[in-house]
Amino acid sequence: MNLLAIDTSNQVMTVTACQDEKALGQIQLNFSKNHSTTLMPAISSLMETIHLKPHDLTRIVVAKGPGSYTGLRIGVTTAKTLAWTLKSELVGVSSLAVVAAQCKFFDGLIIPIFDARRKNVYSGAYKWKKGRFLQVIKDQHIAIKQWLTLLQQMAEPVLFVGEDASLFLEEITEFFSEAAVCKERTINIPNGLSLAQLGMEQQPVEDIHGFLPAYLKLVEAEEKWLETHNDEGKNYVERI
Amino acid sequence: MSYPIKERALILAVESSCDETSVAVVENGRKILSNVVASQILSHKRFGGVVPEVASRHHVEQITICMETALIESGVSPKDLSAVAVTYGPGLVGALLIGISAAKAFAWANDLPLIPVDHMAGHIYAANFVTPLKFPSMALLVSGGHTELVYIETEGSYKIIGQTRDDAAGEAYDKVGRVLGLSYPSGKQLDEMAYLGQDTFHFPRAMIKEANFDFSFSGLKSSFINMVHNSEQRGEKLNPNDLAASFQQSVIEVLTVKTLHACQKYPVKQLIIAGGVAANQGLRAKMKHDFSEKLPETELIFPPINLCGDNGAMIGAAAFVEARKGHFAGGDLNAEPGSSFSEEF
Repeated sequence: MNLLAIDTSNQVMTVTACQDEKALGQIQLNFSKNHSTTLMPAISSLMETIHLKPHDLTRIVVAKGPGSYTGLRIGVTTAKTLAWTLKSELVGVSSLAVVAAQCKFFDGLIIPIFDARRKNVYSGAYKWKKGRFLQVIKDQHIAIKQWLTLLQQMAEPVLFVGEDASLFLEEITEFFSEAAVCKERTINIPNGLSLAQLGMEQQPVEDIHGFLPAYLKLVEAEEKWLETHNDEGKNYVERI
Repeated sequence: MSYPIKERALILAVESSCDETSVAVVENGRKILSNVVASQILSHKRFGGVVPEVASRHHVEQITICMETALIESGVSPKDLSAVAVTYGPGLVGALLIGISAAKAFAWANDLPLIPVDHMAGHIYAANFVTPLKFPSMALLVSGGHTELVYIETEGSYKIIGQTRDDAAGEAYDKVGRVLGLSYPSGKQLDEMAYLGQDTFHFPRAMIKEANFDFSFSGLKSSFINMVHNSEQRGEKLNPNDLAASFQQSVIEVLTVKTLHACQKYPVKQLIIAGGVAANQGLRAKMKHDFSEKLPETELIFPPINLCGDNGAMIGAAAFVEARKGHFAGGDLNAEPGSSFSEEF
């Protein structure tokens, strides 16, 4: 299996290529949010360096979200276009899981945190158990206080990871000790190898065209509209 | 970079600058082999106008299926293509980025050159499907986002000689339509109502006497809204068809008079009327009438109605010109939401 993994869900961008279990190379950038100008050049230069042609790829893996809406769309659009035109498999991996899976050393609940503004977070709960990586609570958009209350009730050791976790230090320390917040920089940013590994294990999606980012939140205008209207799964896009 | 020489120059063209995802296959800049347009109008109707984040989300849903359908319907396979073209601006940044990301990935995967196309040049080149463009030429671009007069001295050189200072003409149509309780977008319905009414309200013709080619539609919009609100307060109901006719008469008179002046100052062989508002029947009739009287030598070109709105085919047509100019982009192509194709003038 020749796998290409893409993560543009937050400021860090990773592009990783693997041949089965072997990592062939990785480009990781952490300098701008404008992945539009950096993603394709990174893909083509990595592929050229490791002597792979586009059609050699058999699986495309993408961090599907949550994260920055624009970033997610750049990664997902690129990934689904590549998978479709190269007739390769497509796998979407939770962007939160990528960071959580980097904490294999921790025995307890691993809580990746992405800032969702206005004291909200994107988060979920994960666990490494006997060498297997498990999701304990699904990814969601949630108020930090509500999330911390819920996690406290789980009565298990917790580790908050991700660069944004420290933004909520004040809130977290109301519920847990400061030691629960991971300060290890190498673990707090997403690593392309973690994404590639998860993408290797997951089942590919069945419908590449229908594959979408996991925004985990409706657009505000839609939320407001739904307060007074019934959606009924209507199709809003039509061919003209 | 250059164009691989193939017998048929086939371009896959992608457009996603606003609320339509569209992909076309165009042969030699003049022949449409397929033109798939997925419209989001039903979605944005819910909000009374285009919500950019909603538009971007729909583009991701549609983009690859539109590309696949365009290829299937044209009977063209990726290896037959000469290039991929994509709109890079102007438009909504989040929306543009979907077409750009998909076009770049497709171009890289299939080893094809990438041609960046200006959205407004695309609207002009929709006329190329009617008749080959001759230069010098003038274009009036009227849509929900733009109202501008563009002088095209030679192929691929665009100079904006006049534009709106506030609202675009199509934007004024939508705002006025909302006051009359019409659903978005209301241009077509207003055009039909105007046909049935009379210009009884004599709304202002902004900037019509000024010696420049600029437009302004926000004053017209305000007087319309005031007229309706004041009558409502008096408990009167104004005839909606007459309101529509009076509004439309003001818009098309200003557009026609200014365009005519522009073509008198810059003699041209052709006048192209393009953009969503170019579908307006009232505008078409008035332009034809006034030009046949005052500038009968000028050839008027109205692209067919289905090519007036945003579509991939027009991007494919304009891309041939860009390719001839040697204008190609790399994998670092970015969206330019506020781009202007106009040269210094």
